[in-house]
Amino acid sequence: MLRDITIGQYYAVESPIHRLDPRVKLAGTLLYIVSLFVAEGIICYLLAAVFLGLVVRLSKVPLKYMVRGLKSIVFLLLLSVSFNIFLTEGRVIFQVGFLRITVEGLVIAAFMAVRLILLILGSTLMTLTTTPNNLTDGLEKSLGFLNKIHVPVHDMAMMMSIALRFIPILIEETDKIMKAQMARGADFESGNIIKKAKAMVPLLVPLFVSAFRRASDLAMAMEARCYHGGEGRTKMKPLHYNGRDLMVYGILIVYLAVMIGLRIAMPV
Amino acid sequence: MSIKLEHVNYIYEPDTAFPVHATDDVSLEIHDGEFIALIGHTGSGKSTLIQHLNGLIHPTSGTIYYNGKNIADADFSMKELRSKVGLVFQYPEHQLFEMDVFTDVCFGPKNLGLSEEEIEQRAKDALEMVGLDESYYKQSPFELSGGQKRRVAIAGVLAMKPEVLILDEPTAGLDPKGRDEILDQVAWLHKNSHMTIILVSHSMEDVARYAQRLIVMNKGKVMFDATPVEVFRHYKELETMGLAAPQVTYIAHALKEHGLDINTDVTTVEEAKKEILRLWRQRTC
Repeated sequence: MLRDITIGQYYAVESPIHRLDPRVKLAGTLLYIVSLFVAEGIICYLLAAVFLGLVVRLSKVPLKYMVRGLKSIVFLLLLSVSFNIFLTEGRVIFQVGFLRITVEGLVIAAFMAVRLILLILGSTLMTLTTTPNNLTDGLEKSLGFLNKIHVPVHDMAMMMSIALRFIPILIEETDKIMKAQMARGADFESGNIIKKAKAMVPLLVPLFVSAFRRASDLAMAMEARCYHGGEGRTKMKPLHYNGRDLMVYGILIVYLAVMIGLRIAMPV
Repeated sequence: MSIKLEHVNYIYEPDTAFPVHATDDVSLEIHDGEFIALIGHTGSGKSTLIQHLNGLIHPTSGTIYYNGKNIADADFSMKELRSKVGLVFQYPEHQLFEMDVFTDVCFGPKNLGLSEEEIEQRAKDALEMVGLDESYYKQSPFELSGGQKRRVAIAGVLAMKPEVLILDEPTAGLDPKGRDEILDQVAWLHKNSHMTIILVSHSMEDVARYAQRLIVMNKGKVMFDATPVEVFRHYKELETMGLAAPQVTYIAHALKEHGLDINTDVTTVEEAKKEILRLWRQRTC
């Protein structure tokens, strides 16, 4: 059950997407998100979906694996969809009390759901195809200009990569503690919400203890290797753009341009 | 009272590019009162196998019977199974969470829905079994030493009064004294409370000393299932699986090669001593 969380995890295979410069992938994700908010009307969404589908195909990450990761946002998805269904003004087709469903509401909710799903899949794909180390390097380099105004870019990037690295570790740990407590008769599934929240205590306390222990171990290990922040730190594999990366930038810009063009050309 | 596994397969991450076949067609029967040791190198499927035994994970295919009842049946009580088959995980001290030792040990019996007195009695008994007296009851489990924490955690499982006790490397990371104490405690439980014990271990010496039956796993498969003496006769095959026989067995084999008429079935230092003394006496006569 917990293994289903795929957000923030790296999926290790060889693919053209995996080999791309992390900065390209970061920019690509950002552009893709922008394009989703620019999109309006069925053709735009279709284009966005096809584009993502192609990239997923190229990345060799099984779609099934990615879709499993969507389970964790089902609640959020349902919430926003139901808000849109019930709270949009327009032609009423169904009414119970103050709740009414309108044609416009259904349409907006459907687009909203598609937009959210594509958004999550798109950003999941970035972390699935980029190692946390690469991601940090990419972020650090692309945001390097902020250093001039004394934003601690390196520190923030390092924190982010550690946080990402810890997701699978903590998931595994949670799984283990959960099983250990289940072996002692703990029940995490039945009961009402209060009972369920109470049942979390035997899980959360050991999890926090272990997270703190791991964090302090990691800090010690980093200091033992003379880590003292970003100043004067050199890279073993500095990032360099090559031809393919530039080509992808080109494709991305064309994609966004087409999206904007479609939006303007097709009034809703 | 027995646990029976029939053709149990378990696959991790079946949908991804790297599925792991953790147990591969495992069939076993575990009888009452046995002291079984389970060995195999890291990743051989031991931990996966033992989690099947109290229903924490369900086999991808295959069936598990507890006292003749299929544990996958809808009317089978998981709660009862987990109270009868106690599982002590690796580094069990990581599961401690209560403010004091006594309350933590009470967690298991409390989940069984027992009466207040019964819960306290069981917790007391369990703590006594692992050799912790009343002075520990009100201490925070997080302030104890590693060995003591582990005893508290083991007591937490013993308080469920299991009939089968499974321990996954209970001595990992302990000093030799702490190790012997825990294993002697386990042996005592086996002898006096007639518990069935399944011990996962990496120490061939410990295995030879305590177990009556030895199950060897390799790449998810059961390779050997016999008495330690019989299994250790295959020491060459064990080596190809990243395992070995006890040191004294090697010494016995070396002595044999040197022309001594020694019984190479010795697996513990005690047995080796007797055997060597026997040869010595034969010579001097």
